[in-house]
Amino acid sequence: MSVAVKQESGLISVENRPASGAWAAKAREEAAARLTKMGLPKRRDEYWKWTRPEALLADTAAHAAVFDYEGEAPVFDAIDRLKIVFVDGVFDAAASDDLAGEKFEIERLSEAAAKDIHWASQVYGVLEASGHNPVPRPLAAHNSAMANDGVVIRVTGRVERPVSLIYQHKSDSSDAVLHNVIKLEEGSKLTLLENGTAASRLSMVTEVDVASKAEFHHVRAQGRDHERQLATHMYARLQTESMFKSFTMSVNGKLTRNECVIEILGDDAIAHIAGAALGDGNDGVFHHDDTVFITHDAVNCESRQVFKKVLKNGATGVFQGKILVKPDAQKTDGYQKSQSLLLDDDSQFLAKPELEIYADDVACSHGSTSGAIDEEAMFYLRSRGVPEKIATDLLVLAFLADAIDEIENEAIVEDIVSKLEAWLERHRS
Amino acid sequence: MLKIKNLQVKLEEEDKQILKGVDLEVPAGKVHAIMGPNGSGKSTLSYVLSGRDGYEVTGGEAMLEDEDLLELEPEERAAAGLFLAFQYPVEIPGVGNMTFLRTAVNAQRKARGEEEMSAAEFLKFIRAKAKDLKIDADMLKRPVNVGFSGGEKKRNEILQMAMLEPKMCILDETDSGLDVDAMKLVSEGVNALRDEGRAFLVITHYQRLLDHIKPDVVHIMARGRIVKSGGPELALEVENNGYADILAELDA
Repeated sequence: MSVAVKQESGLISVENRPASGAWAAKAREEAAARLTKMGLPKRRDEYWKWTRPEALLADTAAHAAVFDYEGEAPVFDAIDRLKIVFVDGVFDAAASDDLAGEKFEIERLSEAAAKDIHWASQVYGVLEASGHNPVPRPLAAHNSAMANDGVVIRVTGRVERPVSLIYQHKSDSSDAVLHNVIKLEEGSKLTLLENGTAASRLSMVTEVDVASKAEFHHVRAQGRDHERQLATHMYARLQTESMFKSFTMSVNGKLTRNECVIEILGDDAIAHIAGAALGDGNDGVFHHDDTVFITHDAVNCESRQVFKKVLKNGATGVFQGKILVKPDAQKTDGYQKSQSLLLDDDSQFLAKPELEIYADDVACSHGSTSGAIDEEAMFYLRSRGVPEKIATDLLVLAFLADAIDEIENEAIVEDIVSKLEAWLERHRS
Repeated sequence: MLKIKNLQVKLEEEDKQILKGVDLEVPAGKVHAIMGPNGSGKSTLSYVLSGRDGYEVTGGEAMLEDEDLLELEPEERAAAGLFLAFQYPVEIPGVGNMTFLRTAVNAQRKARGEEEMSAAEFLKFIRAKAKDLKIDADMLKRPVNVGFSGGEKKRNEILQMAMLEPKMCILDETDSGLDVDAMKLVSEGVNALRDEGRAFLVITHYQRLLDHIKPDVVHIMARGRIVKSGGPELALEVENNGYADILAELDA
């Protein structure tokens, strides 16, 4: 990522905000004010103990070099989808499909922001603003203040063909601040795919507003960009009987922090967030941080957090996950699973699972574990003729299975699994 | 087929000698059974032959035809034609039974320089084998041994054996945890594999398995050695009199 923010004698000035129409100017100004008030993340902040914020700030963050992946087909390549391409953080109309379609409207953020009145004002920066309590997320506020592009999508019906955001990185010195706004109207459905490298420094925020009985599916692949230092924020607000499901695959990259903040406001809603991260410290540094905050503020809702990390050669994994159940959120069913598979003694997994419950009729639990490859299973596989390296790959994929199971589309599952298999094969030790 | 000479094995972590000079020869086409009291070293023998960690061979040799088993990795022993049906088959959540079997079959073929089986060929092959063992499609789709009953696990072992077509099959207490019907099914599966070119070593506590899988030779193992060998009648003798007489002879 990086945040182009200067901090002088304790004051933050946000410079060069993009030109905008009335609603966006107001939203950006308010975001800048929030940022100024909360300040940049610091090492002593409770949720920045394990991830160095300096790597994500403009003054100190390095630019990632363009990575040559030698013609290897990117993820989702064979999936039928509507493609929206950004190059170094800027929408590329020529490379993108026609954005017109039935049951949805897609605009560039820069176009929507130029108008004086736009529905996006109900979402843009609103979910982000609401998500600072009790934990401030200044990088997200900065993004809202500074974002220069992204997509604005309104979904009015059930859209079966996925919308795919493809981020490409072609310059060694590009700074991109992307902000996506997605609004699902009542009973609608959307599957959003995201992949690619985006820019040499990047900040990314996505806000998703899910109306009642609407369904949002999200599959994101973070790979390829081997020097990636990135912070992403995903915000979701769920109304009655709605569903939110998000899965992220992360490999490579030096530092990735994926934050997800979900507010469940309507009864009988379902929120699942999952991640599978594979890191090999021999690629350089690998530090992957999943920070999740789910608030239950309605009755009879279900939330799942399923995060799996496979770490080797000095890789580091961080999980900070919280379930907050408000006093009236009875019959909440919340489960949080964060597990790491450490393939050697050099890697480490740091986990902070938290439950904060104010309602009395709830079922909430968490399970956080670190382990090695199961020797019994390994011997069983080898005794059947499976060589140790292939057996390791099989057991790693088996370990990731619960997280991958959160993806509903079978073709996408197969695609993700094939990418993971290829990565594992390249990283056999 | 299998030639074991004066095999001596101790636990790696402890100063405890388990096998104290095992001599055993199982020719191709034959079924040999090993019986013996608890702690005599039967299971250790099966683990050492298949290459499990935790044991140290302090002397002797074990040859599978002209391959020195003790020099090979577990997967190489498998590719050379050795198969161990586990007493306690391992559950592997997240790995589908079908994926597991296909990976194993193709890894062995590759190791032997043979062509890998295509998905279609494999499917046809496994369906036929599974049907004989009354293994339904659901069991093939489920993760390896996860949620399988005791009988299903053992049938799954025999299915693997049928798919991998090993030369030397070791069955480690395959009858444990089986009811009469399951034992019959498993035994039929084993008997179907009996062949001129294949040898079996059946480790069991009870004579009843040997009613179904008729052995050519029965060995009694005690205190880390084969102490007595004979025909199938030896198993009946043990069933009727226990091991006391045999152990008394050793002490004499």
